[in-house]
Amino acid sequence: MKVGVVTFPGTLDDRDAARAATHAGTTAVSLWHNDADLKGVDAVILPGGFSYGDYLRCGAISRFAPVMEKIIDAANGGMPLLGICNGFQVLCEAHLLPGALTRNHELHFLCRDQKLEITNNQTAWTTSYKVGQEIVIPLKNGEGSFQCDDATLAALEGEGRIIARYVGENPNGSRNKIAGITNERGNVVGLMPHPEHAIDALTGPTADGLAFFTSVLNAMVK
Amino acid sequence: MAKIVVDVMLKPEILDPQGVAVSAALPRLGFTFAKSVRQGKRFEIEVDGDPTPAQLAEVEKAAEKLLANPVIETFTVRVEK
Repeated sequence: MKVGVVTFPGTLDDRDAARAATHAGTTAVSLWHNDADLKGVDAVILPGGFSYGDYLRCGAISRFAPVMEKIIDAANGGMPLLGICNGFQVLCEAHLLPGALTRNHELHFLCRDQKLEITNNQTAWTTSYKVGQEIVIPLKNGEGSFQCDDATLAALEGEGRIIARYVGENPNGSRNKIAGITNERGNVVGLMPHPEHAIDALTGPTADGLAFFTSVLNAMVK
Repeated sequence: MAKIVVDVMLKPEILDPQGVAVSAALPRLGFTFAKSVRQGKRFEIEVDGDPTPAQLAEVEKAAEKLLANPVIETFTVRVEK
């Protein structure tokens, strides 16, 4: 199974995302922002970083990169798509996910190990978790506060589309402590913390993040 | 030369931490007039000659698609001499 990892100018975490995909037993394929070609991949990860320098709004310019047109089409057709941090911002700007990520409520850039609770294990990226499972993975962002209107929030809550919440103090002011959400179909997931930085004891605080990447393998094999 | 100005503001219900920080800094400098502060973005767009209605309509479209994110922001388009 091939997992594409997109590199935009300013992307930082593409190497770690590719490493995580490889570690999970899939084949990582590099995708370049300016290529309108998905190279036959079965799933795509939009990794973290500061694509296009976060100019205008985080993810606002990346959303119109040539590779994104193909990715949006494929995701609308059911292809698993995971956006991590900046990738989550891109997914919201592309309207593949509702809401938006805004400046952390206390303005600080955060970089720390964060406890999360998994609240939906029915998506393409979360089947290897149990509902209620607590995991610790790094959180590092300046604009990670998930915001949406009341109707959208009610829909996300009512349809079980919040896939992870922050445990303990709300780190960035996200509504209802939302750390990650999914679309109606469950193939597109956006997550603000970084599972790709927590896949083994050597390089991460835990190996808790690996299950995102094994989940997509299971989703495709099924 | 006339220019087209697009002002983008966060919607009133969206928390604006930058505005809050500015609003907290003002009284520390002795400026006590502000009840609250909201921070936004301003785009100045030059075109050849006076902007035409068609150009303004295009700018509206561009603002909707790129300059502002309608999920969290509102915008206004105007011509400034």
